[in-house]
Amino acid sequence: MEVINDDLPTTAMAMRLRGVKNQFGAQVIHESLDLDVRRGEILGIVGGSGTGKSVLLRTIIGLNTPQMGRIDVLGEHVAALGPNDRHEIEARWGVLFQDGALFSSLTVAQNIQVPLKEHTEMSDVLLDEIAALKISMVGLPAEAGNKYPSELSGGMRKRAGLARALALDPDIVFLDEPTAGLDPIGAAEFDQLILRLHAAMGMTVFMVTHDLDSLHAICDRIAVLAEKRVIVCGTMAEMMQQAHPWIHEYFHGPRARAAIATKEA
Amino acid sequence: MTAIDSSTDGTQGAWLRSDVQDRLLVLAAGGRWNMASAVRLQVDLEMLEGPSGGLVELNAAEITGIDSTGAWLLYRTLKRLREEGLETRLVNASPTVAEMLDQMAANDVPHPAAPPVENGLIRVVRHMGETTEEIFWEVIDGIAFLGLVMQTLGGTLLHPSRLRLTPLVFHMEKVGLNALPIVGLISFLIGVVLAYQGATQLQKFGAEVFVVDLIGVSVLREIGILLTAIVVAGRSGSAFTAQIGSMKVNEEVDAMRTLGLDPIQVLVIPRTLALVLMLPLLAFFSDIMGLLGGGLMAWSVLDVSPGQFIERLNGSIGMWTFWVGIIKAPVFGLLIALVGCYEGLQVANSAESVGSRTTRSVVESIFLVMIVDAVFSIFFAYIGI
Ligand SMILES: Nc1ncnc2c1ncn2[C@@H]1O[C@H](COP(=O)(O)OP(=O)(O)O)[C@@H](O)[C@H]1O
Ligand SMILES: [Mg+2]
Repeated sequence: MEVINDDLPTTAMAMRLRGVKNQFGAQVIHESLDLDVRRGEILGIVGGSGTGKSVLLRTIIGLNTPQMGRIDVLGEHVAALGPNDRHEIEARWGVLFQDGALFSSLTVAQNIQVPLKEHTEMSDVLLDEIAALKISMVGLPAEAGNKYPSELSGGMRKRAGLARALALDPDIVFLDEPTAGLDPIGAAEFDQLILRLHAAMGMTVFMVTHDLDSLHAICDRIAVLAEKRVIVCGTMAEMMQQAHPWIHEYFHGPRARAAIATKEA
Repeated sequence: MTAIDSSTDGTQGAWLRSDVQDRLLVLAAGGRWNMASAVRLQVDLEMLEGPSGGLVELNAAEITGIDSTGAWLLYRTLKRLREEGLETRLVNASPTVAEMLDQMAANDVPHPAAPPVENGLIRVVRHMGETTEEIFWEVIDGIAFLGLVMQTLGGTLLHPSRLRLTPLVFHMEKVGLNALPIVGLISFLIGVVLAYQGATQLQKFGAEVFVVDLIGVSVLREIGILLTAIVVAGRSGSAFTAQIGSMKVNEEVDAMRTLGLDPIQVLVIPRTLALVLMLPLLAFFSDIMGLLGGGLMAWSVLDVSPGQFIERLNGSIGMWTFWVGIIKAPVFGLLIALVGCYEGLQVANSAESVGSRTTRSVVESIFLVMIVDAVFSIFFAYIGI
């Protein structure tokens, strides 16, 4: 239930955040934020709109520099790494941005090959095969490989973005609201996809989401962002016990009850 | 028995030992079959050959880790051997390895080849045809757009309350006031260059004093306004396209329509009016700076004093020389703004399209400015000014 646990060995941790502070101008987004993410777990991040979930994700992957605090990812103090080590650790995580953030001038297959070309030395044939493999693994039809992002639907773009995030078989994948904007069937399929890939590849998943069904269906633990920090982090069952008004409302509101009903059905 | 190994100093990588026993090829794989190490074995794996018609046995007992790339490399090797007529068998695989290889088999779908690159000559011809057709439709579209803007502009003149004053003033500042330094500097320098080049040529005939006529006529009639138009096309025409284009990508323009706002009224009219109003003023400023540069140069190289310069300018240059330049300015402003806004609204749903439309906007507006300038020259020659 506690947010952090310093007794656990560092090797069991995918990420460890201590005392992180983020501020834009006078607006403080995070203050003394602590969080532990265990290796191999699927962690869901929830919080009200604008509480800084996306900023937290960007901070962990180094797109945003915190004013204070220390962030270790896979046992490495990220801010202290030199450019080469940094390049290396970047190959060990994959990110799915909110709308996929695919490169619009490249086809889906070429998008997937970008990290492969950057970080490995594969023959062209192998590049094509691996791209086709990832496309199939995320459940896209083979023809999607030669299409440009603008020719895909929102759900397909998300899958393509996931395929690119998974291109290097990363140890951690970061997902920013992966099921937002998908129809319920598409969202449920996406949940199952993540679950299946997680079972096959065993990566750690850090998922920002608002989707109660996703939280129920796939998250091992849930971290709640409020009052500028992670106020609790625990399993779904533990969340249901929480007395904090926002958490109670979130997990007991009408939509939450509907999600529980579907889960039990 | 041969072995391939990708281990580098200290870190254990993927390795594969092969041993041919009669008609049986025994492969023993081990180590970490992950992307970083397994890819280094790709060439060796592609060279691997088995006894024809025989059996291949892959012993996966010592594989300590596997990811999808490593699994794919193993899978494709076995698949190739099978296609070459061998029988393959997997032994001692841990559940993880077996599961990964099953995943590979499940996801091994034939991928369509990238569309073939067509013959270079055919491509050139096709491209030419397509471009010609495109230009044809663009001209038609452009004329329609001109009509639409004129209609909206007319409506605005009849109902001045529709005019959005704040954006108009904002754009006037952006395209006019903020362009003063660059327009001034360039015009001044061109004046200097013109005077210097003219002076060295005219000195040969002892006709130095005509340098004033040269500067006066060329700066006032052509150079002042053309330079201004080119700078503004590069500065503001491109900005119009990029601004409106990004709004298009963001679906802001569509949102505007659904809110009952007319994009022409909201986006195009203020920008167009701002340029039509500001370009004459900029051209005037450019004229003055060009004359100033030329005058200073004439003074320092030819000893034509400022007093003489002004006197000579007054004597030999008629008022119409000045007006011929300025009259063109609003027309050029209209052209640049229309092309900039039109190209912005043509942007399709991608960042790349914003870039290519912006380039087109600048090239097209400069091109049109030149053409219209030539038409003006013919017209002025015809009416004799
Ligand atoms: N680059 C930035 N500059 C200034 N403020 C920002 C920036 N990025 C995010 N913010 C602010 O941080 C807050 C949290 O944003 P975000 O993390 O996107 O919220 P959410 O939890 O909905 O993902 C918002 O109030 C936003 O305005
Ligand atoms: Mg967000």
